[in-house]
Amino acid sequence: MNNEFSCQEMIEVVTNYLDEALPPGERQRFEHHLSYCAGCGTYVDQMRETIRQTGMVPREESLPPALREEIVAQFRTWKRG
Amino acid sequence: MHGPETLSSETALLAALRCGDEDAFSALVDAYGAAMHRVAMTFVRSTAVADEVVQEAWLGALRGLDRFEGRSALRTWLLRIVANIARTHAVREARAVPFSSLELAREASEYEPALPTDRFQGPDERYPCRWVSFPMPWSAEPDSALLSAETRKLIADTIAGLPDGQRIVISLRDVEGWDSAEVCSVLELNETNQRVLLHRARSKVRAALEGYLTTESP
Repeated sequence: MNNEFSCQEMIEVVTNYLDEALPPGERQRFEHHLSYCAGCGTYVDQMRETIRQTGMVPREESLPPALREEIVAQFRTWKRG
Repeated sequence: MHGPETLSSETALLAALRCGDEDAFSALVDAYGAAMHRVAMTFVRSTAVADEVVQEAWLGALRGLDRFEGRSALRTWLLRIVANIARTHAVREARAVPFSSLELAREASEYEPALPTDRFQGPDERYPCRWVSFPMPWSAEPDSALLSAETRKLIADTIAGLPDGQRIVISLRDVEGWDSAEVCSVLELNETNQRVLLHRARSKVRAALEGYLTTESP
């Protein structure tokens, strides 16, 4: 295949690849490179794992009760006004 | 996307809200309030200011209720209000959080490689631009460091230390789980710049994990 991606180019387009934002020709070149380069395969796996791990960072799942109260109180004022 | 992004009867809820139905309002606050607060925190980085931003955002939403035409999801509409109010606060308090779409675009335009160039062979070496040595695979063992709370903390700390544009984009995309279109819409950023910022942020988080997992392994 002509005009192959180098490893150094591969790691710059991983996010575009994972977002399915690579033009078809580049996507093909990306996948072709992955078919023979174990180093880039590991790198792409690690980017996927990074995304998965980042998605497990704890998040605040509800509003602090006092703030929720204030917001609802604000609604009552708005309703009257 | 996480959470109850489409409340089953959003339209009915909005109609009830316009009639001043407090239960309808509380349901909305419970559905979207926490996400709004997290987004506000991402922008202003102070709980007290984030609290104010969220309060103002709800007031803004109530006042603008008649202007909500259902062209975007209610959730996106609310989050865009949060983003706009957070911007105003940042300007008012002269905080150096540069998240106008212009400044985000400027941050994206600065060149920055995903990995140090010395990880790749130079022009005079045998295989220019290929790995000097392959990255070491991370252990997939069930008890590996990957699963620990410490890893999550490392990720959170790494994200907190990123430049603002990268920090905001990775928080919305990968912590919150939004899709590209929603992030672009709320930040008023084009897809290309959004992806540049996301890519840098992810590359740095991966590098932090690599450093941690490689030194911790036997």
